[in-house]
Amino acid sequence: MIRQPAPKADVLARRDLIVAGLARLLPRDGVIAEPVRLRAYETDGLAAYRQVPLAVVLPETTEQVAAVLRYCHQNGVRVVPRGAGTSLSGGALPMADAIVLGLMRMNRILDIDYADRCATVQAGVTNIGISNAVSGQGFFYAPDPSSQLACMIGGNVAMNSGGAHCLKYGVTANNLLGLTIVTIEGEITHIGGAHLDAAGYDWLGLLTGSEGQLAVVTEVIVRILHGPEGARAMLAAFRSNEVAGACVAAIMASGIIPVALEFMDRPAIHACEAFAHAGYPLDAEALLIIEVEGCVAEQDDLLQRLSAVCQHFDPIGLKVSGSAEESAAIWKGRKGAFGAVGRISPDYLCMDGVIPTSRLPDVLGRIAAMSDICGLKVANIFHAGDGNLHPLIMFDANDPASLATAEHFGADILRLCVEVGGCLTGEHGVGVEKRELMGTQFTDIEIEQQRRIKSAFDPDWLLNPNKVFPLREAA
Amino acid sequence: MLHRRATDLIEPVEEIEIAAAVGMAARRGSPLFICGNETKSAMLRPVQAARTLSTRAHVGITLYSPQELVISARAGTPLATIEAAVAEQGQHLIAEPPDLSTLFGSTASQTLGGVVATNLSGPRRIAWGAMRDHVLGIRAVNGVGDVIRSGGRVLKNVTGLDLCKLLTGSHGTLGVITEVTLKVLPAPEAVGTIVLPGLDAEAGVAALSAALGSPFGVSGAAWLPAEAAARVPDLAGFAAAVALVRIEEFAPSVAYRARKLCVDLGLAAEIVEDAASRAIWRAVRDAVPLPAAPDDAVWRVSVRPSAGPGVLRAVAAAGVRGFLDWGGGLVWLAGPADNATHDAVVAAAQAAGGTWTLLRAPEPLRAAVAVVPPEPAVLARITRRVKAALDPEGILNPGRLYAGL
Repeated sequence: MIRQPAPKADVLARRDLIVAGLARLLPRDGVIAEPVRLRAYETDGLAAYRQVPLAVVLPETTEQVAAVLRYCHQNGVRVVPRGAGTSLSGGALPMADAIVLGLMRMNRILDIDYADRCATVQAGVTNIGISNAVSGQGFFYAPDPSSQLACMIGGNVAMNSGGAHCLKYGVTANNLLGLTIVTIEGEITHIGGAHLDAAGYDWLGLLTGSEGQLAVVTEVIVRILHGPEGARAMLAAFRSNEVAGACVAAIMASGIIPVALEFMDRPAIHACEAFAHAGYPLDAEALLIIEVEGCVAEQDDLLQRLSAVCQHFDPIGLKVSGSAEESAAIWKGRKGAFGAVGRISPDYLCMDGVIPTSRLPDVLGRIAAMSDICGLKVANIFHAGDGNLHPLIMFDANDPASLATAEHFGADILRLCVEVGGCLTGEHGVGVEKRELMGTQFTDIEIEQQRRIKSAFDPDWLLNPNKVFPLREAA
Repeated sequence: MLHRRATDLIEPVEEIEIAAAVGMAARRGSPLFICGNETKSAMLRPVQAARTLSTRAHVGITLYSPQELVISARAGTPLATIEAAVAEQGQHLIAEPPDLSTLFGSTASQTLGGVVATNLSGPRRIAWGAMRDHVLGIRAVNGVGDVIRSGGRVLKNVTGLDLCKLLTGSHGTLGVITEVTLKVLPAPEAVGTIVLPGLDAEAGVAALSAALGSPFGVSGAAWLPAEAAARVPDLAGFAAAVALVRIEEFAPSVAYRARKLCVDLGLAAEIVEDAASRAIWRAVRDAVPLPAAPDDAVWRVSVRPSAGPGVLRAVAAAGVRGFLDWGGGLVWLAGPADNATHDAVVAAAQAAGGTWTLLRAPEPLRAAVAVVPPEPAVLARITRRVKAALDPEGILNPGRLYAGL
């Protein structure tokens, strides 16, 4: 288990006072303090960790967020910002002596501008909510994390979320134009706007993916794009991970960048097929889902070129979808993957390391060997085009030893990712989960440099405490 | 600048020597002018520094893996070397960084470090992102001489604070960039340009907006008044203002999409084929259409695309002329290099809710005015603190962006 430091006794002792102070700043039902209602906020997507917060506040405006932060700054109360609570790295894990600042009531779309291709939305709007709001005009918001039905744009900004289609469209950072932020001192300021590339330092880029360490985001200006004329998927099945990995490299070298290029290994194929009946070949060791965009003739052309590339790798199955329905069937298994693994094993850890794609076969082989040694099963599903692995480690949460083994296994996978030239996290963030692994990727000097930048925004370290940076014994 | 004695110029070959030079300057509290080949040193505010630290001797491609879409090189590597290396593998730099050497009257070759430190992007920025969007990893020396890394050599990475974005476009004020890893992509098989002649700025930008809001993957959208178009050989024949829409794809797709888009736009149009298209967009990228007299000042104003025509109109009375890229959102301007004209440009940019950069002007003007928008008090305070977090002695390019910083 990851250790959390003891709460500050003086803050706990002031709890009633703090709750009363916050209640004065917010609408009548804007503060939650009853233990039974606080339970709803005790965890996020990293469900093995739970902690009931000091209190929860639910502001409805940027000004209310500012009032809350000003109060917390003046009174030395730490703050855990939260969107939908879908973080898989414990990014929204509460602390006993910190309030949770929930942005879910700030869920309005403020402006949509098709001529300038941008939308202004509050932080609590769901990711899919943006696309739904503009789909009538043929537009969409590109980053599509698996949790897109629930996760909120404020959290997407905090974690710089990706998705299956970021090989072509980029991650959150590449699809933002502006932010409204509130500093820990309770000051409101605007960054960027409907224009590109503000002069001066790139605060937009620094804040994106900063995991709530620097400021609280209350409004976001996103780029919206017109969708392609159409999209179609194909499925290619191979005899080994090595061969499939070589095929991925060949595709990337072919001059075609598919809009998505997803990889599933044998355990993942079996889990998904049993769950979704998508027609995946059960004798395959590895499977690629490849998607292209364009008009029907363009899709035909690209899929034909991609099929020709795949043919060089002796595929045991090659299925080019002939219609939107067939594409949906191919995607069905992949999109249900987390649920599918959940059916086999009620508890699993979803890891998020990134590797150079050329190391794919080697890394999968070593993960399989680790799995044998520790006795926990793992299914690998990942964005192959960008090397973002999502090993799902299956364990039994009722058995503390099993969780500990799973966590060790996961940490070993992430160390391996760094060792081969990759990184600890591609889209889930460091959060609590990978905090103590930061030293495998960064030197002490580099971590200190990041800490000084954090201090420049949040001198008292009140924002999203005990995340991202390794704990210090003295702290 | 004054410091041209050989002893005042430091050109280390190795990163460790760059770090040592910065460390020593920090201990002495002695400011450094940080640069590559100085091709863009005439932009922004002039720097007062006793010594110049150039990364131009720190060269070489350190990693190129075409099938992983990444290239790494030391900061002093000429950009042309990198462009040639990726072109050999059928790839390109996504942000299409401009070569402004003509504009700045420089004959030297710009370096990778210089392009990243200035975050200058070309026409493809409107569709595919800026330089900063494709910096996957960075090595830099901070203001006390520590080597710091951020990002890496993989396509996705959210580990820790994103110092790649902070350092990109920081103009050497937060760190000396020593090595950069960029994402690259396959270069398109073919390029086509739809030329829509005879549209005024408003109608031109409306057409660009329709094209950018279409399903056809438009990767360039510019509007040139007649005098700007006349400066581009492949457009001079139109003898009119032109709106330009670029498609970069496989050859059959370029043909299909350009045809379809012409029909959808319903305007008189001509499709310019591959070679001429490439020449046109290289010219737009490098600001060739800008009617800038040798002693004119040059600005880049960034606004929401639909506001671009209004900016052009607003500054015309001050004798400022220009053209539009990025669908109308990037306004290239040239005009008299004096305070009053600068104020007119600033007023137009502010009225449109956008930002400006004074890209070129005589030193006294660059020293006297805000070359980029002053930040609101909250951000200005954060800027000072972040500068101190990276460069506590204030020795890296002091005053380049903001007076006193």
